[in-house]
Amino acid sequence: MKQLFSKESQSIIYGKQLKAVQRMLDFDYISQRKIPSIACIVDPNGSGIETAFFGSKEIIIPVYNTISDAVKHHPNATIMINFASYRSAFETTVQALDISTIDLITVIAEGIPERKERIMRALAKEKGKIIIGPATVGGIVSGKFRIGNTGGSVENLIASKLYRSGSVGLVTKSGGLLNEMFNIIARAADGINAGIAIGGDRYPCSSLIDHLLRHEENEEIKFHVMLGEVGGKEEYKVVEALKSRKIKKPLIAWVTGTCAKIFPTEVQFGHAGARAGGEQETADAKNIALKEAGAIVPDSFDGLFEKTKEVYDSLKSQHIISEIEEFTPPEIPVDFKKAVEQSIIRYHKEFITTISDDRGEEVKYAGIPLSQIIEEGKSIGDVIGLLWLKKKLPEYATKFIELVIEIVADHGPCVSGAHNAIVAARAGKDLVSALASGMLTIGPRFGGAIDGAGHYFKWAKDSGLTPKKFADEMKKKGIPVPGIGHRVKSIRNPDKRVELLKNYAKTYFPKTEYLDYALEVEKITTAKKENLILNVDGCTGVLLVDLMKSIGFTNEEIEKRINAGVLNAFFVVGRSIGIIGHIIDQKLLETKLYRTPYEDVLYTLPREEKL
Amino acid sequence: MAQRGIREYTAKKLLSKYINEYSSGKFQYKGEVALISPETSIGTIAEKNSWIKEKRLVVKPDQLFGKRGKHNLVLLNATYEEAKQWINEKMGKVVKIGQTKGPLTHFLVEPFVPHTKEYYIAIKTEQDGDKIYFSETGGVEIEENWENVKEYFVPVLETIDTLNFSTVDETIKEFIKALYKLFAELDFTYFEINPFTIINNEVIPLDLVARLDDTALFWNKDKWGDIEFPNPFGRTFTEKEQFIRDLDEKTGASLKLTILNPKGRVWQMVAGGGASVVYADTVIDLGYGKELASYGEYSGNPSEEETYLYAKTLLELMTREKNPKGKILIIGGGIANFTDVAKTFKGIIRAIKEYKDKIKENNVNIYVRRGGPNYKQGLALMQNLGEETGIPIEVYGPELSMTRIVGIALKGERDETAI
Repeated sequence: MKQLFSKESQSIIYGKQLKAVQRMLDFDYISQRKIPSIACIVDPNGSGIETAFFGSKEIIIPVYNTISDAVKHHPNATIMINFASYRSAFETTVQALDISTIDLITVIAEGIPERKERIMRALAKEKGKIIIGPATVGGIVSGKFRIGNTGGSVENLIASKLYRSGSVGLVTKSGGLLNEMFNIIARAADGINAGIAIGGDRYPCSSLIDHLLRHEENEEIKFHVMLGEVGGKEEYKVVEALKSRKIKKPLIAWVTGTCAKIFPTEVQFGHAGARAGGEQETADAKNIALKEAGAIVPDSFDGLFEKTKEVYDSLKSQHIISEIEEFTPPEIPVDFKKAVEQSIIRYHKEFITTISDDRGEEVKYAGIPLSQIIEEGKSIGDVIGLLWLKKKLPEYATKFIELVIEIVADHGPCVSGAHNAIVAARAGKDLVSALASGMLTIGPRFGGAIDGAGHYFKWAKDSGLTPKKFADEMKKKGIPVPGIGHRVKSIRNPDKRVELLKNYAKTYFPKTEYLDYALEVEKITTAKKENLILNVDGCTGVLLVDLMKSIGFTNEEIEKRINAGVLNAFFVVGRSIGIIGHIIDQKLLETKLYRTPYEDVLYTLPREEKL
Repeated sequence: MAQRGIREYTAKKLLSKYINEYSSGKFQYKGEVALISPETSIGTIAEKNSWIKEKRLVVKPDQLFGKRGKHNLVLLNATYEEAKQWINEKMGKVVKIGQTKGPLTHFLVEPFVPHTKEYYIAIKTEQDGDKIYFSETGGVEIEENWENVKEYFVPVLETIDTLNFSTVDETIKEFIKALYKLFAELDFTYFEINPFTIINNEVIPLDLVARLDDTALFWNKDKWGDIEFPNPFGRTFTEKEQFIRDLDEKTGASLKLTILNPKGRVWQMVAGGGASVVYADTVIDLGYGKELASYGEYSGNPSEEETYLYAKTLLELMTREKNPKGKILIIGGGIANFTDVAKTFKGIIRAIKEYKDKIKENNVNIYVRRGGPNYKQGLALMQNLGEETGIPIEVYGPELSMTRIVGIALKGERDETAI
């Protein structure tokens, strides 16, 4: 019977289980394997490469789309570790059984129907291959090969000396008790040589006896430990093997589930196979049968430690087991994340955020959980307050923000932003591209006057300039006052939007000093020309400055925010609503590509002789 | 999960729905069966099933237990009125079947069919194939007449069509083949009809027991329809057990709790399915089975909140009634693979703090044993908890075998050599 694992064995991992991959490689490293135990990964959803650590070195692991691709490139891989879900584990296992280079398959999935399980089992026997599982973590051959996640964390592997061979062959049904058994055997004896969990299903694809017989032939293994379970009759095959002397090495055995007898009604324990279907299948009956056949059976699970120690000591005194030369396994470098968690490393952050945090159970805006914002019935104005200004705004302020957004949301299809977006949409561009093309027109001449007005009026008032002086000075510099002037509106024909904003602020703001200043300036400019009124941009700009002042920002803080583009941002958010509307409208209308007619272009090219 | 019993009613409906298809049209079964539960009445069911009022009836409980005849729980050849009265009398009545007591809640009603011939058939799954048992002399005496039962075996990779049935008559042979196909295709794991009769290719199953492999649900959703897997007879849940069941259903983690003896002194809160069984075993193997109050486990990385709720439930239950000898709480577990032990302990510690006065009043001693990632920190937290609250808490790690704390807790055995 051939032994399944060596220090050179390589496997194919079915399913993109990157954590398991890293754990196998960590085992390889502390076991001082020369080559990784993983040849490649099969991922039904893609192909390419993955990287993982082999010690501190990063290595490349190829990823193939199909099992047949994987074996073509890696004919040396004799093991497949199948992490496919219970839905697809059967098909993928049967497929792997047909591949001549694969000798052993471990099936991890739990919940594969018994009928499919029996077919996998029968096919494997027919083809002389071995399946460990289903419904198992797999197993481990100390110092040689780790199946997937078996053995747990690196600390466990080291504590139970799984990085080097011991003398004990362990076979269990339960994968969950493997670590405990590794620990018991490492403390009571010199550790395991191999430990296999056949899985908790009713018809596992390989049986306790299959592995015991293989361990029997393995010269490195000096005695067996077996952990059975209530339900099924597998343990009786072990009884027969003991009686027929097929198993000659000492066998310490225990069948769990002796408690089943005191349960008032039938109880299904965690494992699908763990239910006694008759007296013979009870843990007590099996423990008695094993004992009668010559196995060493303690009085309870708790006695396994002493029995293991007794057998080990006795074999050692007979020189069947010799002292193992211990070595210290190489240390695995700590993973960065773990090191941070344990504060044994410090590191400069590349990014800083002070407004939102998505690391907990739910996202927080400026420290306030989203659910609280929703439950308290907060509005978009409150959210903007939290994310832009990091403040819980009073109601007059959030309502004002919403008013601004409503007012600037759209201004017809002809303005630069909407126009550009419409042209892009008609060129067949998607919503995001068309929106971007519209938004990119926002700047000093379109929409940007909010920023400019806020900036200049604030500067002028804070520097103590009289409105007259300010107007004069701007004129001297040749800069039109931002936020002043309208194409058609005038003193006698006021802009409705400006009236709305002004009235709101006058009614609800505690103070409107910048608006008042701007209105003084307006008096001067309109005296010169009727249409040089404080326009909607200007009014919005100065009122947003008033708002920031009223919620407690200092002059310096306000300036910083204006320079960061906060004022313009209100226009950006508001207008994106309108621009998106235009884009959707164009898409639904299925308007055709726009081309500017010749009539709209004045062609005036230089004459050749002037060049 | 695994093999699960279904009601006779459900099995008969499946048989009725599919026997025609699997026998290529040769056999049929009308499937005149009705199920009466506490939520339904025979009257309303009769409106949709006219045969109930037209035919003589058979009525029996349908709750996954057998030997109903021997327990006087079968009403034969009854009129509608008689059946109605019988059900009214029996509904909700507590009966004892074997060792198990439980209320009668579900009744099967079907036509009474006079017949002469009684066949027996059973099919069950085994590791290497399916076993078919057939007898021409079925009925209640089947076990006494077991020598007449013929056995056939269909190996896993073979089909029923190649099986040799030399001794059985042609119709029966066809029926066995059809039933076997139905059995295999619908992922039954056990199917026994005892007895059944066949009249003019109409199959009449008089008594039927069946189990399905519930892991095959994904493949059989359409064929099975809206399938019900009832709890075993007598298995009712206390409010707290139900609370944990609900919690379990809501999470990806596993949380289980069965109360064995609410007055028991020994309570366990064990991590891991395998380990929890072994802890319960050990209590019993050491001779304290009668003291064991609960069986349960938490595993699959439950959140701190879930472990807190689980621990709280257990503490609530165990401090309900004082015992002069005091009580024992075993917080056990093997060596975790990747679960952060300190993290899961935080939920338990929160619950213990909340219940500290009740714990002290009830004279509870706590024993902890656990290994795995971050176990040292977890154990230190438990140690501190003992010092802080004054509750006697003994704490052990993987240097002590998993179940050794059971002996320490129950008998005060402290075998230092084993440590």
